Amino acid sequence: MALRSLLSKRTLGLGFGQVRGLVTFSLPDLPYDYSALEPAISGEIMQLHHQKHHQTYVTNYNKALEQLDDAMAKGDAPTVVKLQSAIKFNGGGHINHSIFWKNLIPIHEGGGEPPKSSLGWAIDMHFGSFEALLQKMNAEGAALQGSGWVWLGLDKELKRLVVETTANQDPLVTKGASLVPLLGIDVWEHAYYLQYKNVRPDYLNNIWKVINWKYASELYEKESP
Amino acid sequence: MHAAAAPLSCQPPKSSFPHWRKSQPRKCSQKAHHASITARFELKPPPYPLNALEPHMSRQTLEYHWGRHHRSYVENLNRQVTGTELDGMPLEDVIVASYNKGDLLPAFNNAAQIWNHDFFWQSMKPDGGGQPSGDLLKLIERDFGSYGSFLTNFKSAAATQFGSGWAWLVYKANKLDVGNAVNPYPSEDDNKLVVVKSPNAVNPLVWDYSPLLTVDVWEHAYFIDYQNQRANYVSIFMEKLVSWEVVSSRLEMAKARAEERAREDERKRREEEEEEFGDPEMAEMYLDNETDESEFE
Repeated sequence: MALRSLLSKRTLGLGFGQVRGLVTFSLPDLPYDYSALEPAISGEIMQLHHQKHHQTYVTNYNKALEQLDDAMAKGDAPTVVKLQSAIKFNGGGHINHSIFWKNLIPIHEGGGEPPKSSLGWAIDMHFGSFEALLQKMNAEGAALQGSGWVWLGLDKELKRLVVETTANQDPLVTKGASLVPLLGIDVWEHAYYLQYKNVRPDYLNNIWKVINWKYASELYEKESP
Repeated sequence: MHAAAAPLSCQPPKSSFPHWRKSQPRKCSQKAHHASITARFELKPPPYPLNALEPHMSRQTLEYHWGRHHRSYVENLNRQVTGTELDGMPLEDVIVASYNKGDLLPAFNNAAQIWNHDFFWQSMKPDGGGQPSGDLLKLIERDFGSYGSFLTNFKSAAATQFGSGWAWLVYKANKLDVGNAVNPYPSEDDNKLVVVKSPNAVNPLVWDYSPLLTVDVWEHAYFIDYQNQRANYVSIFMEKLVSWEVVSSRLEMAKARAEERAREDERKRREEEEEEFGDPEMAEMYLDNETDESEFE
C-alpha cells in the first residue's frame, strides 16, 4: 500500500472545481489509509474501490455533464433526455461512495462504537434496539438482488429514521425527496468480492466493526429539524 | 464432463480465507442433508474442465462462479419450490411462471439464474472466439449491417447494463398476441436477431425471445480476473471464449421452433375460419340480414 501514504490532504466532501464555467467533480481523498480498515475490509479492496471504481464514476459523471452542457446549449432535447441514465448512474455512484467513505473509520479511531447521542435514542425508539437495527440492515442487504445499497436514512418530513435499499447506484433521495442518508452500505460485489467472495452476509456482519457512528450522529443532529 | 471431478463437493478452493473455515462444516452437513431429499434441479457442470478457459477465465473464477454462486441458486430453488405449485415443473416454466409478468415471485431469481448460468457455460469453449459463419453470419450481416457493428452493439449493451445483469444475442420471432396485429403476409424475414440486456436474473425467455448467446456482467463473473475492467472482460469473452458452433446450433433450433409455431398458428387460423364458414348460425344471420335489407327496399 505505497500509494496510500500520499494522502497528505485529508479533505472531505464532494470535491469539485470549475473548467470553462462548468462544474466538474473530483475524487475525494479518504480520511484514513487504505489498509486502516483491516481485517474488516482489506486494503486491496479499499484501494481498488476508491482509485478505480469511484474514480470511474467521477470521470464518467463529468463526461456526461459536459455532454449535457453541449446538448443544452444546442437545444438538442433528445440528447438531453438520453443522458439522464448515465448522469443518474455515475452521479449516484459519486454521491454514494462519497458518503460511504465517511461512514467508515478504523477501529482504533472509534469504528463500531454505537451512537450514544440523540441518534442512539432515535434508533432505540424506531427499531427497538441498536442490535435490531443492525439485524434489519443485514437482512435487507443480504436479500437485495444484484447490485445496490442499504441505507439508514432520516425522513425529514415524517421526522423518523428509515431503513431503505436502492438498486445499482440510485442515491437514497430517489426513494423520497425528504430522505437524507446517514449511513450507506455498499452491497455491490466489488465492495467485498476479493475478500468475502459469494458470502455477502459475512461482509455485512464484519463491516459494523468499522462504521463511524459519530459521523452519522453529527449528521443526524444537523439534519434533525 | 471432466468438471464433475472438480474438488468442490465439500472442500474449499486452495486459496483459503478465514470465512471458509467457518462456513465449511455448515456446507458439508447441508449436503448430507440434501441426499435425503429428491433434488429436482441439478447443478450441471460446464462442458469443460474448470481450468480449460485459462488464462481468459481462471480456474479460481469458475470454482467460485460455478462451484459457489451457481450451486447456491440450485440449492435455494430446490428448497423454495418444495410443496409449491412450481414443484415438478420444467425450469423454463418455473421461470416464466415466477416472473409473473414482471411482478417477481421469490423463486424467480434462483430459477432464472440457474438457467442463465447453464446457458453461459455452454456459450463458451476453450480456444473459442473468432468469427461466426454460415447462416448465423448471414443473419448477423442482414440485421446489424456487419459483424463489426454487431460486436459494437453487443459490447455496448454489456457496458451499459448499469449494475448486475446479462447481455444477450437473441432470435426474435414472436408476434404481438393481439387479434388485429396479424401480419397478412408473414415471412421468414420478419424474424430478426437483436441484442438486448437484462438486469439481475432476468432473461429473454420472459419476453418470449430465443436466446442464442449471453455474457454474464455480474461483477462476480469477472472481478477476480479483471477487477473493474468490464469492457476488457467482454472483449476477451468475444475474442477468445465464445463458442460460435453452439450459437449456430441454437439459431437452428430457434428457427425450427419459430417455423413450428408459425405452422401451428396457421393451422389454428384455418380451423377458426372453417368454423366461421361452417357454422349454421352464421348462415342464418346472413339470411336475416338479407331479409332486413329487403324490408328497407
